[in-house]
Amino acid sequence: MTSVQLEVLLQTLIAGLLLGGLYALIGIGMTLIMGVMKIINLAHGELMMVGMYIAYVLFSYFQIDPYLSVLIAAPALFLLGMALQKYLINPVLRVEAIIPENQVILTVAIGMVLATLATIIFTSDYRSTPVEYASKTWYLSDLWKASPIELSLSFTWTVSFCMALIITGALWFFLTKTDLGKSIRATAQDREAALLMGVNVGRMRVITFGLGSAIVGAAGCLFMPIYYLYPDLGGQFTLIAFVITILGGLGSTVGAIVGGLVLGVFESLTATYIGMGWAPVGRFVIFVAALIFIPGGILSLFERKRFGK
Amino acid sequence: MKKYLPLALLVLLALLPLTGIGTYWLHIFILVIMWSVIGMAWNLLGGYCGQVSFGHAAFFGLGAYTAGILYQKLGVSAWWGIPLSVVVASAGALIIGFICLRLRGPFFALATLSMGVILRVTAENLNWLTSGDLGIMIRERTWVDKTWYFYIILLIAAATYLSIRMIVKSKLGYYFVAIREDQDAAESLGINTTLYKTIALCMSAVFTGLAGAFYTSYMGYIDPKVVFALHDISIVAIMVVMVGGVATFGGPIVGAFIMVMLAEVIRSIPKLGAAHHTLFGILLIVIIIYVPNGIVGDLPKLKKIFGAGGRT
Amino acid sequence: MAMLEVRGVSRFFGGLAALTDVSFRLEQGEILAVIGPNGAGKTTLFNVINGFYPASKGEVFFKGKRISGLKPHKVCQLGIARTFQVVKPLQRMTVLDNVVASAFLKTPKRDQAEGLALEMLKFTNLYEDRDLISKGLPLGKRKRLEIARALATQPEMILLDESFAGLNPTELNESIEIIKKIKEKGITIMIIEHHMKVIMAISDRIVVLNYGEKIAEGTPEETRNNKLVVEAYLGVAQSA
Repeated sequence: MTSVQLEVLLQTLIAGLLLGGLYALIGIGMTLIMGVMKIINLAHGELMMVGMYIAYVLFSYFQIDPYLSVLIAAPALFLLGMALQKYLINPVLRVEAIIPENQVILTVAIGMVLATLATIIFTSDYRSTPVEYASKTWYLSDLWKASPIELSLSFTWTVSFCMALIITGALWFFLTKTDLGKSIRATAQDREAALLMGVNVGRMRVITFGLGSAIVGAAGCLFMPIYYLYPDLGGQFTLIAFVITILGGLGSTVGAIVGGLVLGVFESLTATYIGMGWAPVGRFVIFVAALIFIPGGILSLFERKRFGK
Repeated sequence: MKKYLPLALLVLLALLPLTGIGTYWLHIFILVIMWSVIGMAWNLLGGYCGQVSFGHAAFFGLGAYTAGILYQKLGVSAWWGIPLSVVVASAGALIIGFICLRLRGPFFALATLSMGVILRVTAENLNWLTSGDLGIMIRERTWVDKTWYFYIILLIAAATYLSIRMIVKSKLGYYFVAIREDQDAAESLGINTTLYKTIALCMSAVFTGLAGAFYTSYMGYIDPKVVFALHDISIVAIMVVMVGGVATFGGPIVGAFIMVMLAEVIRSIPKLGAAHHTLFGILLIVIIIYVPNGIVGDLPKLKKIFGAGGRT
Repeated sequence: MAMLEVRGVSRFFGGLAALTDVSFRLEQGEILAVIGPNGAGKTTLFNVINGFYPASKGEVFFKGKRISGLKPHKVCQLGIARTFQVVKPLQRMTVLDNVVASAFLKTPKRDQAEGLALEMLKFTNLYEDRDLISKGLPLGKRKRLEIARALATQPEMILLDESFAGLNPTELNESIEIIKKIKEKGITIMIIEHHMKVIMAISDRIVVLNYGEKIAEGTPEETRNNKLVVEAYLGVAQSA
């Protein structure tokens, strides 16, 4: 392999991993919701869009850096998510309906309303947060003078990736070390048992939806410096979240991380070697293929399946 | 008395063009009737068989493009698209069914949604066949006056209504409902669920495709973003049934009427025009929470809320 | 030739063995009860026989023909019907229509299917309720409806999964009568039950599972006196 080819490959892989880290965050939000509530949230991407618009507004009007907006957007989306769960989704789960999939239709409707509200408020123009460090880049040759190949690392991509790592770490800590986190995991694994052990399952669902929304809202803020924003972008991110969840196995946080990285690298490779426009198609193809061939997620190919009765 | 309602409605509609109601309203009614067909088709698969499809635009578009491609590439009248769409839609249903029907519930929903999008992207990119984003335009309109178009779609709708009624009351209908209620139990009672779900999907696809093929000849212009649209076709199809009445015969008709009228009303209010999707979304949310089986489906519930209030 | 032969059936889920090397035979016209503590693998056994899960190892033969690996609807068409522990009738349909739906399997004509359905309803004492919407039925009737639906497929063998759970004494006796009538019709019956009194009263033979293995097989008398069985149930009070 020539050094140019190696360069391109490594660059692609790095880009893929960085993207994958962010994707993983999006996927974790969805897999949490799916695991605990067995709810398929088709408004996931739109929630991310809301987070992104919050970051946009904070930056445009208050000059708040998008990375700092995470501290505002995440709690805001937490509240929004809880409200959605409590006032819209919970009632639907209780209502008796012929079509079993009411809850899915509901989330689609919620997504529609959020997206079209954004169109009304912000119009469908592309928006971005042009921070001053947007084009800052690190070069391998700066660190290692004699390097045979040149690799570049975008500052914003790296910061986003690192923050995604931090958030994921914080989440892991929360889920494994705190009582609330353990209650959430208990509810995800066995609702009845959790109930019997005094966990307020109803409250768990509200909190979990809030948490999932907050995570994806934070992911949105992390995306702002490196991407551009328009009201309809929710759809593609919902799909991304789904692909990751399917790849990683439903309800598995570790799976979402693996799935996110895999998808990120795959998309990066596709973009470099096949063509930029093919990413959406590639996603769908993976999605459908995964649904058909690996219903348990990639990890299930390695792990043994859990005993199901 | 109630038994003759559909027939009475048919007669009334048949007389409609003769009352001189004007082109605009004839157009509205043509849309209503076309959406009844789509709604009835979706209802068969979703309401009766319990497979909630979010990608019915796939079949509408397949029907539309069958007609369009016949005209554009083979120089044949687009009207031939209507009979041919039966074949194309069935083929599409078999393929889509093979991929999606093994999935349950929300995953089926998502997979069908993907199918709709994949077909749209394909139509946009297969320029040699579909003229891509340019779409297909029918230059010679068969009739200027809308009357004959009205009668054609009315005929299609009547045929659809009768067919579906017959299907639901037959063994197929029972099997569909059994699958909807508990697929595992149905399978254990000897019902080949894969086979019957595929049949439901094919039938649903065929009726939807007919509407699509009609659309091409009627509107005279189609392009991928219109006929394979997620929000404007797939989701409206769902709304027509959810608003009107799930798993009922009259529901989709009521729903089609409401949805088309609603769209027109909203479009004509100056400020609200852009918000028409938002309002649809809100309407859908309200319906799902309070009247999930639609107006006809939840009629007793509605009667209680509105009717009982007046009585002592 | 035995009606049903289960030969060395094992079923694994990942690392867990739900069933290990279970073998037994069922003769025509018998009532065989499968008992065991919770989690012993009884429903898994039904699921394997029925075709829901393939057997990881071993085979199942029905009237000498290999059925392991066939899909559930095929198994039903061949003559094995089953009920489920969690009863889910076609809620928005009438009791009659519920049974008509199953009757279509062997009698495709509408009026014939309806005739058969009415017969089955009389058989399970649900005839009076035939026009009621099945959603509002009490548990006992729902369980009998489940049996009626299974019978309408005109099976030669029927698998009943906890058809007696949660019934009050009157309903219990009614159901026992129905089981006896099914036996009189010549249909072979295999039931999963926890209700010891019922088991002892109606079974011809009993198979005992524990942790996925067969630990005993025999007549009610033999089983009652079997040390292993008593041990397996140690601590579980005998239901009165």
